[in-house]
Amino acid sequence: MAVADFEPVIGLEVHAQLLTRSKIFCGCSTRFGAPPNTQVCAVCLGLPGALPALNRGAVVMAIKAGKAFGCRIAERSIWARKNYFYPDLPKGYQISQYELPICSGGAVPVPGLGKIGLERIHLEEDAGKNIHAEGGSEVDLNRSGVPLIEIVGKPELRSAEEASEYLKALRLALIYLGINDGNLEEGSFRCDANVSVRRKGESKLGTRVELKNINSFRFVRQAIEYEIARQVELIEGGGKVAQETRLFDNEKGVTRPMRSKEEANDYRYFPEPDLPPLLVSRELLDSVTVPKLPQEVVEMLGAAGVPAADARAIVSDPRLVEVHRRIGVDAKRAALFVVGELARAVNENEADLGALKFDPALVPAVWKLQDSGAISSTAAKEVLAELIRTGEAPEKIVERKGLAQVSDSAALEAVVDAVIARHPAEVEKYKGGKASLLGFFVGQAMKDLKGKGNPGALNGLFKKKLGEADGTHKAK
Amino acid sequence: MKTDLLPLSQISDALASGEVSPEALLEASLARIRAVDGKLHAFLRLTENEAHAAAKAAAQRRANRNPAGPLDGIPIALKDIYCMEGVETTCGSKILRGYIPPYDATVVRKLKQAGAVIVGKLNMDEFAMGSSTENSAYGPTMNPWDLSRTPGGSSGGSAAAVAARLVPGAFGTDTGGSIRQPAAMVGCAGMKPTYGRVSRYGVIAFASSLDQVGPFAQDVRGVAYLLAAVAGYDENDQTSSKRPVPDYAAALGRGVSGLRIGVAREYFGEGLSPEVERAVRAGIERLRGLGCEVRDISLPNSPHAIATYYIVATAEASSNLARYDGVRYGYRARAGQLLEMYEKTRAEGFGAEVKRRIMLGTYALSAGYYDAYYLRAQKVRALIRRDFDQAFATVDAVVSPTSPTTAFRLGEKLDDPLAMYLSDVYTVPVNLAGLPGISIPCGFDSKGLPVGLQLIGKPFDEETLLRIARAAEPPGHRLPPIVEDH
Amino acid sequence: MAIDRAQVRHVARLARLALSPEEEERFAAQLGHVLEYIERLQAVDVSGVEPLSFAGDAAGGIVMREDEPRPSLPRDKVLAQAPQQDGKAFVVPRIIE
Ligand SMILES: [Mg+2]
Ligand SMILES: [Zn+2]
Repeated sequence: MAVADFEPVIGLEVHAQLLTRSKIFCGCSTRFGAPPNTQVCAVCLGLPGALPALNRGAVVMAIKAGKAFGCRIAERSIWARKNYFYPDLPKGYQISQYELPICSGGAVPVPGLGKIGLERIHLEEDAGKNIHAEGGSEVDLNRSGVPLIEIVGKPELRSAEEASEYLKALRLALIYLGINDGNLEEGSFRCDANVSVRRKGESKLGTRVELKNINSFRFVRQAIEYEIARQVELIEGGGKVAQETRLFDNEKGVTRPMRSKEEANDYRYFPEPDLPPLLVSRELLDSVTVPKLPQEVVEMLGAAGVPAADARAIVSDPRLVEVHRRIGVDAKRAALFVVGELARAVNENEADLGALKFDPALVPAVWKLQDSGAISSTAAKEVLAELIRTGEAPEKIVERKGLAQVSDSAALEAVVDAVIARHPAEVEKYKGGKASLLGFFVGQAMKDLKGKGNPGALNGLFKKKLGEADGTHKAK
Repeated sequence: MKTDLLPLSQISDALASGEVSPEALLEASLARIRAVDGKLHAFLRLTENEAHAAAKAAAQRRANRNPAGPLDGIPIALKDIYCMEGVETTCGSKILRGYIPPYDATVVRKLKQAGAVIVGKLNMDEFAMGSSTENSAYGPTMNPWDLSRTPGGSSGGSAAAVAARLVPGAFGTDTGGSIRQPAAMVGCAGMKPTYGRVSRYGVIAFASSLDQVGPFAQDVRGVAYLLAAVAGYDENDQTSSKRPVPDYAAALGRGVSGLRIGVAREYFGEGLSPEVERAVRAGIERLRGLGCEVRDISLPNSPHAIATYYIVATAEASSNLARYDGVRYGYRARAGQLLEMYEKTRAEGFGAEVKRRIMLGTYALSAGYYDAYYLRAQKVRALIRRDFDQAFATVDAVVSPTSPTTAFRLGEKLDDPLAMYLSDVYTVPVNLAGLPGISIPCGFDSKGLPVGLQLIGKPFDEETLLRIARAAEPPGHRLPPIVEDH
Repeated sequence: MAIDRAQVRHVARLARLALSPEEEERFAAQLGHVLEYIERLQAVDVSGVEPLSFAGDAAGGIVMREDEPRPSLPRDKVLAQAPQQDGKAFVVPRIIE
């Protein structure tokens, strides 16, 4: 097969919306889903005379990303205008960074792939949205001016699969940093791919094609695979790959050239005269702290005795990591709880991870009840489920639902005596060697206790009272 | 003389003493506008309702002996480049005909706070591109000294209104000389402060790294009052400076003896009208007579300023004017398709000079030309600034003519863009270097047309600049014929 | 430096200006004239010179705004100046991609 003779070279450009409260150059809210054109002002509408005023929050988040990926953070970076006309771009230019971006270099750790290098991370503003309709297009500018970081990866990926793994790792890392919500569907995490192919063994890069409009992990793989095959076929057929921008059509699963080609290419970048250079002081740089990234958390959990599969499952969602951390003791058992009871509750919609009602620090109290015999292991499961759902204190749940086990020996002894008195025939048989009747006695006692007897304690008591039903006793 | 003909500072005194009321001043201003503006065409529109309300409020504060400041109750007018909430703002362009901003420019907000009575919006070259006010989509403004001549530009309406005593003070903008050159052409004082001294927020952009807001008045004291009201840091304009604003009026009284004035040979060369040179040299002698030390200096890169300016300014303008696309506001041409809509809207909405500059700026930034044009221009700009920095190591201010000639005739330079550009040859370097500059009257040529003298100061040293300008301005005020006839 | 009509057309397209043939002709001549004047900059020695894009008080960099939301404009004001709108959004002729 021809594809096997070729090596794909893939680099991804990711646009990630930053989780600031206000836009990058004005005070408008960044909240998603508001009615069209209700979160706009003179600045993000591009009204005559309006000027940008940089939001510190966006800068801090960009620095956070830069620190997390080991980038060089520029002491002085500058703003640039990228000029093009489109109805969702109110000023006719996007304020971005071009020559001197805030972060350069660095790498993203990707499980199984090592580190994938970064060219740069720069800050810029998002555009609005055009909603194409019959007879015309509607323009909603709520998104205009929402802060973005553009993360430009080096062309170090060699397959659609690798691209998808890189993207997943990057997305998760940004979520961990608390600077992006990772939502591909809502477009807050977007990806363009630069794809070229070359014959194996060749060192020169092929002509690259830029793929746009890829908004799910599945589409990333599909689009890149399609594009690799298309380019290989083209070359094998004696043709040449044209340097162009192509859109991924997710209904047909194909890429096609953008019709407004001419658009693409002369952006006439120049330094933004409305904004002085961005200076990052030592104090600002040092004040930005970076939480642990997913990879580090996996290692940390492993060291605490959590099995690798559980650790990976927990790390896939930082909120799970947080629950695990707050449980505070017995990392292994806590992990079992997180991937067990908690995951089940989330799946059954009993719990919303985004708005958890319960305090994970209460979980060990349930274990203690179980371990001391105050509740059965079945009851413990029920208490945990209830704890997750309501947040109520475990003792209260046990009391409210009447889940306490009777372990008090005087109370149990009375029941045991009563059962023995009621069943003389069975006692005789037991003593005669039918040891399996022990279960029957315990069952009868449980019935009397309405299921709340401690089965271990009952076992012990019956054995003691009836004597061991084995050979040794009989011989005695 | 009638109070309303006096310079702004004396009107302020008359208001303070109760000699005249804000309402009476407003009436006098409106009456003169009605009488003569048909001939001058300085105003694009009046804001009478707002003005009456403001005058009434000012009168109340004055009566309560609680004025908002020296401008409280003084009529002023604004170049139509300042956004004013609820008032049509066109920037002299068809593309913004009928446009009503939903917000006030910072300067407008500050003026309202200072109690100024804003009587209307003044004519200008479209998007401040021009040196004659002939590029207005709404027709030219005439020079009060000779109605067949231009008042200069682009703030020609502001200059003419002040010279003809329609208002005691006005605001313009200066990107390459657009305050100083018209001030010179009509014989009033006009100042461009240091880049960053006054907020540009809400002032429609032409070339963002060069644009600066500034005042016009009959004399330097009036300019100082107006500047004080608008100067200072603004969080909405991150290019504005946090430096404190000194008390400009207080600086005016101090003498100038011992100050060093630089005369740059490059500003007295080819193309300078001998009559203008004679008047400016006389002004320099006046300063020497007051104890200034006059030194010859050189600003060797200033002759490259016009070429540099027409790259930097047009490049920025091509981008600043991209927002006029017929989508959110302003003019839209009929078209069935988006691209056609853009191209026709902009072709029909912009005038010839604006299109020329958009073309030049787009070209200078386009692929393959950026380094040769834009980047090189910004380097030459650095050299121009460096010349000034070196000069200011030995002098306190630089003196020059404001413009090489006195007012030219309407239509005279309209078909020769380059000739028009060259009338800003002495003012443009100041914008490129971001320095403060002021033009003051310094006599008349043989045709009776005013001559302007330019003073250029150190960055953020408007104080010294105003002090020297105050000393150098001639005493007494000759009125233009249009006022005397009235 | 001369500029031909094809270049004028290309630049006009970048700038979204529909020019008539007469305008193309006139602009080619006028821009050529101005560019010829501007050519003088090529003779200036700028080696080792840092370009100056800020002549203001920029040495201290941007004084950043804190991340605090402020009220936006009411939608009727946002749309009030639009040549075409439908009460919710600006409307433009259909975009073909
Ligand atoms: Mg980008
Ligand atoms: Zn906004």
